[in-house]
Amino acid sequence: MYKIVKAEELAKNIYLMEVEAKRVAHSCKPGQFVIVKLDEKGERIPLTICDYDKDAGTISIVFQTVGASTQRMAELKAGDSFRDFSGPLGCASEFISESLEELKNKKMLFVAGGVGTAPVYPQVKWLHNHGIDADVIIGSKTKDMLILEDEMRAVAGNLYVTTDDGSYERKGLVTDVIKDLVNNQGKKYDVIVAIGPMIMMKFVSLLTKELNIPTIVSLNPIMVDGTGMCGACRVTVGGKIKFACVDGPEFDGHLINFDEAMKRQQMYKSDEGRAILKLQEGDTHHGGCGQCGGDE
Amino acid sequence: MDVMKKVPVREQDAKIRATNFKEVCLGYNKQEAMEEATRCLNCKNAKCIVGCPVSIDIPKFIKEVSDGNIEEAAKTIGKSSALPAVCGRVCPQETQCEGKCIRGIKGEPISIGKLERFVADWSRENNIEPEAPKPSNGKKIAVIGSGPAGLTCAGDLAKEGYDVTIFEALHEPGGVLVYGIPEFRLPKDSVVKHEIDNVKKLGVKIETNVVIGKSTTIDDLMDEEGFDAVFIGSGAGLPKFMGIPGENANGVFSANEYLTRNNLMKAFQEGYETPILAGKKVAVVGGGNVAMDAARTALRLGAEVHIVYRRSEEELPARVEEVHHAKQEGIIFDLLTNPIEILVNENGWVSGMKCVKMELGEPDASGRRRPVEMKGSEFEMELDTVIMSLGTSPNPLISSTTDGLEVNKWQCIIADEEHGKTTKEGVYAGGDAVTGAATVILAMEAGKIGAKGIMEYLGNK
Ligand SMILES: Cc1cc2nc3c(=O)[nH]c(=O)nc-3n(C[C@H](O)[C@H](O)[C@H](O)COP(=O)(O)OP(=O)(O)OC[C@H]3O[C@@H](n4cnc5c(N)ncnc54)[C@H](O)[C@@H]3O)c2cc1C
Ligand SMILES: Cc1cc2nc3c(=O)[nH]c(=O)nc-3n(C[C@H](O)[C@H](O)[C@H](O)COP(=O)(O)OP(=O)(O)OC[C@H]3O[C@@H](n4cnc5c(N)ncnc54)[C@H](O)[C@@H]3O)c2cc1C
Ligand code: SF4
Ligand code: SF4
Ligand code: FES
Ligand SMILES: [Mg+2]
Repeated sequence: MYKIVKAEELAKNIYLMEVEAKRVAHSCKPGQFVIVKLDEKGERIPLTICDYDKDAGTISIVFQTVGASTQRMAELKAGDSFRDFSGPLGCASEFISESLEELKNKKMLFVAGGVGTAPVYPQVKWLHNHGIDADVIIGSKTKDMLILEDEMRAVAGNLYVTTDDGSYERKGLVTDVIKDLVNNQGKKYDVIVAIGPMIMMKFVSLLTKELNIPTIVSLNPIMVDGTGMCGACRVTVGGKIKFACVDGPEFDGHLINFDEAMKRQQMYKSDEGRAILKLQEGDTHHGGCGQCGGDE
Repeated sequence: MDVMKKVPVREQDAKIRATNFKEVCLGYNKQEAMEEATRCLNCKNAKCIVGCPVSIDIPKFIKEVSDGNIEEAAKTIGKSSALPAVCGRVCPQETQCEGKCIRGIKGEPISIGKLERFVADWSRENNIEPEAPKPSNGKKIAVIGSGPAGLTCAGDLAKEGYDVTIFEALHEPGGVLVYGIPEFRLPKDSVVKHEIDNVKKLGVKIETNVVIGKSTTIDDLMDEEGFDAVFIGSGAGLPKFMGIPGENANGVFSANEYLTRNNLMKAFQEGYETPILAGKKVAVVGGGNVAMDAARTALRLGAEVHIVYRRSEEELPARVEEVHHAKQEGIIFDLLTNPIEILVNENGWVSGMKCVKMELGEPDASGRRRPVEMKGSEFEMELDTVIMSLGTSPNPLISSTTDGLEVNKWQCIIADEEHGKTTKEGVYAGGDAVTGAATVILAMEAGKIGAKGIMEYLGNK
C-alpha cells in the first residue's frame, strides 16, 4: 500500500496528491511517469510525476477528473492509500543527459496546457536548480482552472500565462503566444517542450515546424502495463511504431502522427461513458446511455 | 476397462463453456485417477521421466496414486516441481512425458498430466503444506520476475535457507500464468495464487510494482542493497506486429493487450474497471497457444472468431488439445491465409482485412514447408477487431540498464545451459528471457538450474 500524505484540490476538478513511494522517489527523474491503481478492481492509471522529494520518499501527482477512475481517485483523502504505485516509468527528459555547459547555451521554452502544467513543472524546476532559467507559457481554459502558477513563477525565467476566454492575463491560445514571442518580440528558442492535450501538442508542433524550432512533446496514449508488454500505447513516430511507455513518453513533435494518436486515444470512449453513468447513477442506471443495453 | 485407452476426463460441455470463463477440463476424481494409474507399467527404464524437463519420478508418483497414497504422490512430485497444478494443466504433455510413455507405443499413453493435476489439486483441497525450509544461511538473493522461472528459482533457493526477494514489475505475481493464460485453462484464485502462496510459505518475499531497470537496477541491488546474487526471469513479453498497413487502427490489439485486459485486469468480470473491446467479428492472426487463448477469450466475450494462419493445420504450433477445444467451441480456422492489409473506415476503426491464400512449398530452415502466396488469390474479410498473435521477444529494459550483461541478436540474455550463468558475475538468468518464448516447464527447469548455479557460486565464493 502506498500512503497519501497530502491531498488537495488545486482548481475545480484538478487534484494534487503527495504519495509515499520510496523506490520511485529514489530513482525518478523529470519526464517520467507512474502507474497507480486504486484498489483490487481499479484500472492501471498512468500519471506524470509532478514533483518528488527524495528525502521524504514522496511523489506528487496532479490529475484532472475526466472519467470514472479519476473521479473515484478524487475522493481519496490524506491517510488513504493506493493499492499500487509503480514506477518511475518511461524515459527521463533528454536534456537531463546533456552537459550543463551545452544546456546553458540553449534557450528553452516550455509550453504547458491545462494539467500539462504539472509535468512541465519538474523539468523547469530541475533546470532552475542547475542554474538555468527557461521561459514558460501556461495556457488554461479559464482563470479558475489555472494551476501551479506561483510554483512555476518561482523556477521559470519569463512566465507567460494565457487563457482561452481572456479571464486572466492574455486571451488566446498558447500558439498565439509562441507566435508573438518569436515573430514580434524577437525571442529565439533552440528547443521547445510542449506538454498538454494532444490537440495542443499537434498545433504547437505544426507551428514550430514552420518556425523551424526543434520541439519535444510528451505523449499520453492509452496504456495498460507501462512496461512494453502490451503495445496499447503504440504511436507512429517518423513512420515507425514506438511504444510510448518505454520508448517515450517524450518524442520529436515534428515526427508524430498526431491524427492517428488522437483517434487511438478515443478508442474506449463509449465504454468510458458507460462507466461514468454507472458511477453517477449507481444501481439506478438502467440504460438510456445508448451503450449498455440497459437491463440485459 | 480398456487398458489401451485413457480413462476419459470430464469436461464442461462445449456449448456451455463457450459462454463462461470457468475451467474447461474438470479433471479426475480420486477413483478415476486411481483407475488411470493402474494402466502404468511402472517401467524399469521409464522413458516418461526423460521426456519431463524437470525429471519428475513419474512411475513412483503414479504407483502411489494407484495405491491411494495421494500425499506420498504429492511429496514425490514436490521433490522436482514447485508448480504441479500448473504444469498438469498447461504442459505440452503430448510432446514431453506422455510423448515418451511406453504405453503410448501400442495404445494411448498414461494421462500423466491429468494425474499430476489431480495430485496437486487434492493436496490443495486437503491443505497439504510444503516441507519446511532449512534454517537461514543469511545470503540474500534477488529474483527478477515472478513467472514460472522466477518462482521456481526462488522456491529452490528458499528451501536451502537463502533469503530470497522476488521483484515483479506488475501489481500481481505470476507472470504469464496470471496475465496471459486465461482463467478457463488455469484458474487464478484457486490454482495460481495457491502455488504462489506455497512459494511464499518457504519465506520468499515478493515485492510487486518494481520495474528493474527503472525503479532500481541490478547494479544497485548488488552494490547498495546487499544482494549476493541475482536471477533474471523476466520473460519475453515484448509483442511483435506484422508491419502491414492499418495495424495502428482502432480495434487492432496485440494478444498480450487483449489477454492482459481480460486476465490480469479481469475485464470480463463485473465490477472491474478496465475496459475491453470484445469485438463482434474478430480475426486472431497466428497459430500458437497464445492465439488459441486470445481466440477462445474473444469467443467467450461474445464474438465470432476466426484464426488466420498462413500455414496448414499440421504446422499449427499450438497444443493439439487447445486446437481441439477451440474447434469444439466454434472457432473458425482460416488456414493457409495471410493478412496483407488491415482495412480502416473513415473514423479510424478496423472494417476488415485483406488477405491472400497460401500454398505450401519446399521445406524451410525450420523443416516446415514454406508457405508461398498464390497469385491473384486476394480477398477481403469483414471484421471489427484484429488480434495480432505473432510471438514476443525479451524486453530490453533490463539488458540495457545492466553493465556487462550481454544479449544475442534477438535480445535474449546470454546464459550458459548448465548453470544459467550470464556474462556478469553473480547474475544468473533463465526462462523466456534467455530462450525466447517457450513453455512453463522449460522456464521452471531453467529456474532450477539457476538456483543450483547460484548455490554453487556462493558456495565457492
Ligand atoms: C504517460 C501518461 C501520463 C499522464 N499524466 C497525466 C497527468 O499527470 N495528469 C492527468 O490528469 N492525466 C494524465 N494522464 C492521463 C490519465 O492517465 C487519464 O486521464 C486517466 O487514465 C483517465 O482515467 P478515467 O478512468 O478517469 O477516464 P476515462 O473515462 O477512462 O477516460 C478519459 C480519457 O482518458 C484517457 N485514458 C483512459 N484510460 C487511459 C489509460 N489507461 N491510459 C492513458 N489514458 C487513458 C483517454 O484519452 C480517455 O478518452 C497521463 C497519461 C499518460 C499515458
Ligand atoms: C497466452 C499464453 C499462453 C501460453 N500457454 C502455454 C501453455 O499452454 N503451456 C506452456 O507450457 N506454455 C505456455 N505459454 C508460455 C509460457 O507461459 C512461458 O513460456 C512462461 O511463462 C515463461 O516463464 P518465465 O518465468 O520465463 O517468464 P514470464 O512468465 O513471462 O514471467 C516474467 C515476469 O517477469 C516480469 N518482469 C519483466 N520485466 C521485468 C522487470 N524489468 N522488472 C521486474 N519484473 C519484470 C514480468 O512482469 C513477468 O511477471 C503461454 C504463453 C502465453 C503468453
Ligand atoms: S511437469 Fe509437465 S512434462 Fe513433467 S511430468 Fe508433469 S506434465 Fe509431464
Ligand atoms: S513410460 Fe508410461 S507406462 Fe512406463 S512408467 Fe512412465 S508413465 Fe508408466
Ligand atoms: S502500455 Fe503496454 S506496452 Fe506500453
Ligand atoms: Mg477509465
